[in-house]
Amino acid sequence: MLIRLVEHIDLNEAFAYLNSPMAGAVNFFIGTVRNQTKGKEVLHLDFEAYDAMALTQMEKLANIAMHRWPLVGVAVIHAIGAKRPGTPVVLIGVSSAHREASFEACRFLIDELKKSVPIWKKEYFEDNSVWVNAHP
Amino acid sequence: MNVLLFGITRDITGQSRLTVPADAGINTVAGLKDWLGVHYPGFKQLKSLAIAVDNEYANDEDAIGPAQEIALIPPVSGG
Repeated sequence: MLIRLVEHIDLNEAFAYLNSPMAGAVNFFIGTVRNQTKGKEVLHLDFEAYDAMALTQMEKLANIAMHRWPLVGVAVIHAIGAKRPGTPVVLIGVSSAHREASFEACRFLIDELKKSVPIWKKEYFEDNSVWVNAHP
Repeated sequence: MNVLLFGITRDITGQSRLTVPADAGINTVAGLKDWLGVHYPGFKQLKSLAIAVDNEYANDEDAIGPAQEIALIPPVSGG
């Protein structure tokens, strides 16, 4: 498993890691920075992680996926630091013999990462900044 | 007891790391949450507040002490 917190996400490195003669399918989800929230222009996002716990939780999710589906490889990579619109900030990569397993595991991993991995983003607008999701 | 802070919890406390005095007598997750609510009312405005102990999410009844790594986990927003 490739589990990382990085400054810049390297798609080629993830593909090289996942690609295998045993895998007929490599599935990627790449989350990027959107340029607006509720119609307001986003200048940049700032990602912060509780590094040790984030890596522990990302690894735990990857292990669950490896047990639940017949996978060849799993990559879970999240970027930290300041990121401008269009930048990849999270990559989930899954390889498997057939495509069903990698599609399903990929969806599971990004959904669960967003629920439980201790990473936070702050949105910076022209006139203010907010921690996303903090308040009801 | 030292408590690690992340995201909005640093803004609420105005600190990068919190020290809970020993004489506060806190020995459970629930006790820490109560203490935080009294000293920093801003925590009550959050959608949720979890406590992590040694890199795992903890339950309210779990015991905590100065030997463990304790962190406040406000609502996560990765991805």
